[in-house]
Amino acid sequence: MDSLIRILRQNSAIPRADLARLLGLTEADVVAQIAKLEADGVILGYHAVINSDKWDAEAVTAAIEVRVSPEREGGFDRIASRIAGFEEVESVYLMSGGYDLLVIVNGNNLREVASFVAAKLSTIESVLSCATRFRLKTYKENGLHHAQEEVPERLSVTP
Amino acid sequence: MSSRIAEHVRSIPRSGIRDFFEIVQSMKGVISLGIGEPDFVTPWHIREAAVYSLEKGRTGYTSNLGDPRLRRSIAKYVEKHFSLAYNPHDEIIVTVGVSEGIDLALRALLNPGDEVLYHEPCYVSYAPSIALARGKAVPVVTRAEDEFVLRAADLEKAVTPRTRLLMLSFPTNPTGAVMPPDELAKIAAFAVKHDLVVLTDEIYSELTYDALPHHSIAALPGMKERTLFLHGFSKAFAMTGWRIGFACGPSDIIEAMMKIHQYSIMCASTMAQEAAIEALERGQRSMERMREEYRLRRNFIVSSLNEAGIPCHLPKGAFYVFPDIRGTGMTSKDFSLALLKEKNVAVVPGTAFGASGEGYVRCSYAAALDQIKIAVERIAEFVKK
Repeated sequence: MDSLIRILRQNSAIPRADLARLLGLTEADVVAQIAKLEADGVILGYHAVINSDKWDAEAVTAAIEVRVSPEREGGFDRIASRIAGFEEVESVYLMSGGYDLLVIVNGNNLREVASFVAAKLSTIESVLSCATRFRLKTYKENGLHHAQEEVPERLSVTP
Repeated sequence: MSSRIAEHVRSIPRSGIRDFFEIVQSMKGVISLGIGEPDFVTPWHIREAAVYSLEKGRTGYTSNLGDPRLRRSIAKYVEKHFSLAYNPHDEIIVTVGVSEGIDLALRALLNPGDEVLYHEPCYVSYAPSIALARGKAVPVVTRAEDEFVLRAADLEKAVTPRTRLLMLSFPTNPTGAVMPPDELAKIAAFAVKHDLVVLTDEIYSELTYDALPHHSIAALPGMKERTLFLHGFSKAFAMTGWRIGFACGPSDIIEAMMKIHQYSIMCASTMAQEAAIEALERGQRSMERMREEYRLRRNFIVSSLNEAGIPCHLPKGAFYVFPDIRGTGMTSKDFSLALLKEKNVAVVPGTAFGASGEGYVRCSYAAALDQIKIAVERIAEFVKK
């Protein structure tokens, strides 16, 4: 399972037949294992990693550091899931350190993100403060470098 | 005109790989499974350490034996992973790859005409290096049906009163063979019985798969004092171009090797030594990541070849498969040449690794998966025809 997940993390679009050969399993075994990982909620979904400079370059991503007051019952979880419910929110993490929740928000433009923060996020009762930081450029995302690295040449036959 | 080239140099044939390489170079768009080096670039943290050392201006010579910091790192690494304790002060020398280590050892240990036993198919440089050191190369055959394991019984048939050295290299290039511990013990007993020095080239030792432990013959009882342990950074840490390796062994042999090294090389490249320290101290994680990748590709190429009707055993180490092409009725060389011309795929004829490689070709799986996939598809089409 470890190897299967590692491969899918790198390339979830890999054909099942190739997976079977890599893992030394039958294709049916691979299909069954993936189905189980999906059913158990280990695999939540599959995404393409898009180079945002080449596609939808106007889109805006913000990392918002949110301080909240935890509730007596439910701690951070209730407030976090309330924030996570908004469509604009891509990820929500509970963090150690100077703030509580890190909220990654996507918008079509600056105004969209700003109005989400002003109208939705900062008005939630237990939210104490928001510090919004906009992404300027992406260098590496999900393990992939955005600038295509040159493949260094190797000799074609060596001992 | 009589040749002005020395006789023992003339006696060495050109490498079969070199001839083949020149043909491949003249062609366009070849997919190569002929490359005997990792397709990974040296991990960034190792490159970065070398860059840092250059920024710091560490550009002078090091001690002939190698930077003491590197020798200490080597001692620690070899003790941890091979259960072998060497004194970094006088039992370790840093060399320009294992290739130099082999050359130094042979020159340090052989008198003209001394015989050296080694197993075949094997790395291309052993026989020529022995000849250059004025020794006599005595190959001992290993067999596909035996997964290319070296048998002590076969060594017994080849040993003579002139035999001085036994050269081992497991996991083996080109077969991927590893030695089962019980057979390794028999070979150790053979070496003791005939009072041989053992050179063990363990360049692929990190690359054994499926959690199979690697055993060095040097760690067997009574062997350390007669064994020279040779290792390097090229394969495990993807550092072929850095040309950096090391030898560990009894201080009298290291001292003798150092004399040759001192007058011919002086010391291994300083920046490569800096990078090597980083590899040993913090390279475990990158090495394991690459090893896992090789393991998966090995599974892939072995199942694809077998599915295509080309018998191929599952090698336990290194990054080569050595499929059996006898079913095609072609020789290794004809097969490789025809495959190259008709399908633009390069593999290396088994005979490049000794006469006993006839009937086999070496395919390296240190290549990107999509390349391996296309290459195997083309090999399958070629064989069907």
